[in-house]
Amino acid sequence: MNKIEAIIQPFKLDEVKESLKAIGIDGMTITEVRGHGRQKGHKEVYRGQEYNVDLLPKVKIEMVVPASRKDEVIRTLSFAARTGKIGDGKIFVYDVAEAIRIRNDDRGDAAL
Amino acid sequence: MQARIAALEGATRSAQSAGDNAWMLVSAALVLMMTGPGLALFYGGLVRRKNVLGTMMQSFILMAVVTVIWAVVGYSLAFGGSGSFIGDFNFAFLHHVGSAPNPDYAGTIPQETFMIYQLMFAIITPALISGAFAERMKFSAMLLFTVLWSLFVYFPLAHMVWGKGGLLNAFSGGKVPCFDFAGGTVVHISSGVSALVCALYLGKRLGYPAMPVKPHNLVISFIGACLLWVGWFGFNAGSALAASGLATSAFVATHFGAAAATLGWVAAEWIHNGKPSVLGGISGAVAGLVAITPASGFVEPFPALLIGLCAGVGCYLMVTAVKGKFGYDDSLDAFGVHGAGGTIGALLTGVFATSAINDGLKDSAGHVLPLGLVDGHAMQVVNQAVGVAISWVLAIVGSIVILKICDAVVGVRVTKEQETEGLDLSMHGEEGYIFEA
Repeated sequence: MNKIEAIIQPFKLDEVKESLKAIGIDGMTITEVRGHGRQKGHKEVYRGQEYNVDLLPKVKIEMVVPASRKDEVIRTLSFAARTGKIGDGKIFVYDVAEAIRIRNDDRGDAAL
Repeated sequence: MQARIAALEGATRSAQSAGDNAWMLVSAALVLMMTGPGLALFYGGLVRRKNVLGTMMQSFILMAVVTVIWAVVGYSLAFGGSGSFIGDFNFAFLHHVGSAPNPDYAGTIPQETFMIYQLMFAIITPALISGAFAERMKFSAMLLFTVLWSLFVYFPLAHMVWGKGGLLNAFSGGKVPCFDFAGGTVVHISSGVSALVCALYLGKRLGYPAMPVKPHNLVISFIGACLLWVGWFGFNAGSALAASGLATSAFVATHFGAAAATLGWVAAEWIHNGKPSVLGGISGAVAGLVAITPASGFVEPFPALLIGLCAGVGCYLMVTAVKGKFGYDDSLDAFGVHGAGGTIGALLTGVFATSAINDGLKDSAGHVLPLGLVDGHAMQVVNQAVGVAISWVLAIVGSIVILKICDAVVGVRVTKEQETEGLDLSMHGEEGYIFEA
């Protein structure tokens, strides 16, 4: 099993969700986060007072998938989230030791 | 025949009184709406999230506090008697204030209507000051400050400018005859200049200007500013004290002033910063409404546009260039908008006031007198300047003394911990936005 963690542009969330649903990935967790990588922020001016905003709003998607589907999910996700411009985000992949469904104690791929 | 004429005259008077009274009661309600929710929303959106309720409360509580003071002595100190500097105690506890008109001020409406209308001005004026000490003044100190400030700055100034026999009242034989139709000096200069004193006395907010202190919700500020714009029709057009042609003239001038000032501020910002902001637009509108306040009821529509334009550009420069240069922390620009806008408006009233709009100033033989520079009465600009200076001095001296008293009695500034926590929690024990609820 692999955990896939993607930081994407907030306005791409719906597109990513739909394309993952289309390949049969149903479970995911979404968090609204702020951050920046190499992308620098922008300038805001309130009554002449300048502020540099470097932490920009992003959405973090977390999901755990069977190892066999890892590459397909990454391909789908990055295709849907890509605009080709700076700030599109990143995907991180981790190994997962175990998954447990709390309701009935299913283990491993069956719990996903 | 005599009896029929008398009956007819009586019916005419009663019809006029009905019309005037209806308009004045609506105007009173409109002016109250400027404080709550207008100003409370406008200011509330401009502070950080942790101070939204504290800031709104500073406006709202005055709707209650000033009302009580007004009933006990305020109305009497502002509009009783005929002294040069302050009223008397004739109307204390609203004695003699009933449905009979007071011909000294408004002969066609019940004095009680005049009283409640003027109360709404006494409420919003100290509320405007809260823009300068926002996010760092103790609630108890703010209450004490505004009570003393109403008693020793607002009521005397209101009497001097509008009261019978007042030093600055051009229409009642004042020694320094000034024109202030709806409160450029009484409301905006007094509050704006006192605001600057408060900002300097309290010092900067923690972290300002190094740390960002951005407005937390410009959407509610936008709603507040639009309510202010609408409410201002009651403020200025209502100051005609009748549903008259003069009220219409003041209404038009008010609207034109706000429109031109909006464009002035937005254009200045667009050229200077590269982007026309919403906050700039609404700030410009308020600046224009401030500046047209003394002039409405005296000026024609095109001078009103000009006054608005001057105020929009002038106040923009105040809150950007001047504030940045001197480095004081006027949190919500109460001085930059009300102090500066009020001063610009008061001086330009001396230029553009004309007897073609307001023929209320007459010599002893009953001839209409010229008003401002455009009428050929250049001296009026000097009179206005003296009136402005007197208002500035009263506001500065009064505010310093009152702040010293408040500091000695309760302490004016919250502790560092309370300021960091925010006024909502530290002063009021609640939060404006509870997302998990």
